[in-house]
Amino acid sequence: MLKRLTWPDWVILAVLAGITIFVVLRMQGALNYNWRWELIPDYILRYREDRQEWFANLLLQGLVATIRISIYASVLALILGTLLGVARCSENLTVRLLARTYLELLRNIPPVVIIFIFFFFLSQQLIDALNLNAWSRGIARGDNAGVWEFFFGDMRRFPSLISGVIVLAMFEAAFVGEIVRAGIQSIPDGQREAARAVGMNRVHEMRYIIMPQALRKVVPPMANQFISLIKDSSIISLISVQELTYKTVELVASTRLIFEAWLTTAAFYFVLCFGLSLLFRKLEKS
Amino acid sequence: MQQPPIIVSEHIGKSFGDFQALTDVSLTVRQGERVVVCGPSGSGKSTLIRCFNGLETHDSGQLTVDGVVLSADSPQIRQLRQDVGMVFQQFNLFPHLTVLENLTIGPMKVRKLDRQQAEATARKYLERVRIPEQAHKRPAQLSGGQQQRVAIARALCMEPRVMLFDEPTSALDPEMIGEVLDVMVELAETGMTMVVVTHEMGFARKVADTMVFMEAGRIVEVSPPQTFFTNPQSARARVFLDQILDH
Repeated sequence: MLKRLTWPDWVILAVLAGITIFVVLRMQGALNYNWRWELIPDYILRYREDRQEWFANLLLQGLVATIRISIYASVLALILGTLLGVARCSENLTVRLLARTYLELLRNIPPVVIIFIFFFFLSQQLIDALNLNAWSRGIARGDNAGVWEFFFGDMRRFPSLISGVIVLAMFEAAFVGEIVRAGIQSIPDGQREAARAVGMNRVHEMRYIIMPQALRKVVPPMANQFISLIKDSSIISLISVQELTYKTVELVASTRLIFEAWLTTAAFYFVLCFGLSLLFRKLEKS
Repeated sequence: MQQPPIIVSEHIGKSFGDFQALTDVSLTVRQGERVVVCGPSGSGKSTLIRCFNGLETHDSGQLTVDGVVLSADSPQIRQLRQDVGMVFQQFNLFPHLTVLENLTIGPMKVRKLDRQQAEATARKYLERVRIPEQAHKRPAQLSGGQQQRVAIARALCMEPRVMLFDEPTSALDPEMIGEVLDVMVELAETGMTMVVVTHEMGFARKVADTMVFMEAGRIVEVSPPQTFFTNPQSARARVFLDQILDH
């Protein structure tokens, strides 16, 4: 690859490197910031002398929570989004309008505002109605707490995790729905006609002919949407879901490791998302 | 003795917006009859046979298929489609299913046959269209001619009473047209009622009981093939025949 670089490329790269070094040097002079990178590893994974064991500290806890939330929210978003996408293609005008309204609302309101609205109007009501707070506290004290914790983390925080998942899923469902709709509409009319010609009804036609083909076609954009979801999950730190961004805010507040903590978190997100993106690309090719 | 009619269209009309696709079309197809519909492109041939199984709905007139009066939302339309097989120009096989699954999905989901019965029927018809060995391939792995034969078998698996063919050989490479027509000739010999839209005049001469010539959404001529090919009654049919038989 290096061989393909010509001399103008080298000039550009050299200029960029110069600017970077200049900015870094200036910052060190002006900021008078005391870098303490050596403290960061302890906030990821710490060895506790008293108990003789490794334990996941703030940043790793946050990362695990982010991964958990992303997986659950993706599954839920996929289900809701598929329903939404099918509704968008419905023959019934009311169904189509409702699905369209949902999409347009989500598209034209900033994510943060939506997240707060979903949180206060929906997931909190749901959690109160189902009495999830008391239920999850019961689990946390119970015998099987270990199993539950593997899947959902600290059970005392279960309601918060659930509302994070619901809010995130409802938000992403709109975009998943658009992807599904595009998939459905990309299937040629002939497929529908052939299904009808053998006497299938609309449900059969969707389930056995259109959806299997549509879902296969939308795997690549769906994978991208999954990566978007991981990035978007940082927004739910605003409703106190204890994922990576929330934990980083906490860490910064208590230690003042502003630059180190945020750079580390950025690296976590990048490695996670870019890694998945490479993985999906590889899967797509095979 | 005349067979009972199975498709009766009386003065049907159909328009797409401003375009009048069918005007006052009356045609009766009797059981066991082989009707070949021909005419220049855009003359409404495809629209007509698509009306016969409800893929298009006519706007005026009355269409009765297999004793059922068809209208835009007639509840029996699905029942009817099970009894009327359709073969498309572009095959329209289901690409995500194997050949065998393409043939069994209709009988299993619509006729509620179990897998064994459905597969037995499917294999019988794959044999009939002479591609039993391709059962487990995907449509994309087959040639155009093979795909169209699978499509014919798929329609036959529903044990239809009428088969509609919408330009079944128009999308095929020339060397594959023969194998599809052979299958259709054999099908005709079993006594199947067939309505075929095609430009294959050799095929028409061989199997047709009735030739229908359409132009600009109207039926211009209905006559037996002997008359149609040697002494067409209408000037337009004569011009059309000259054009396609010339080369």
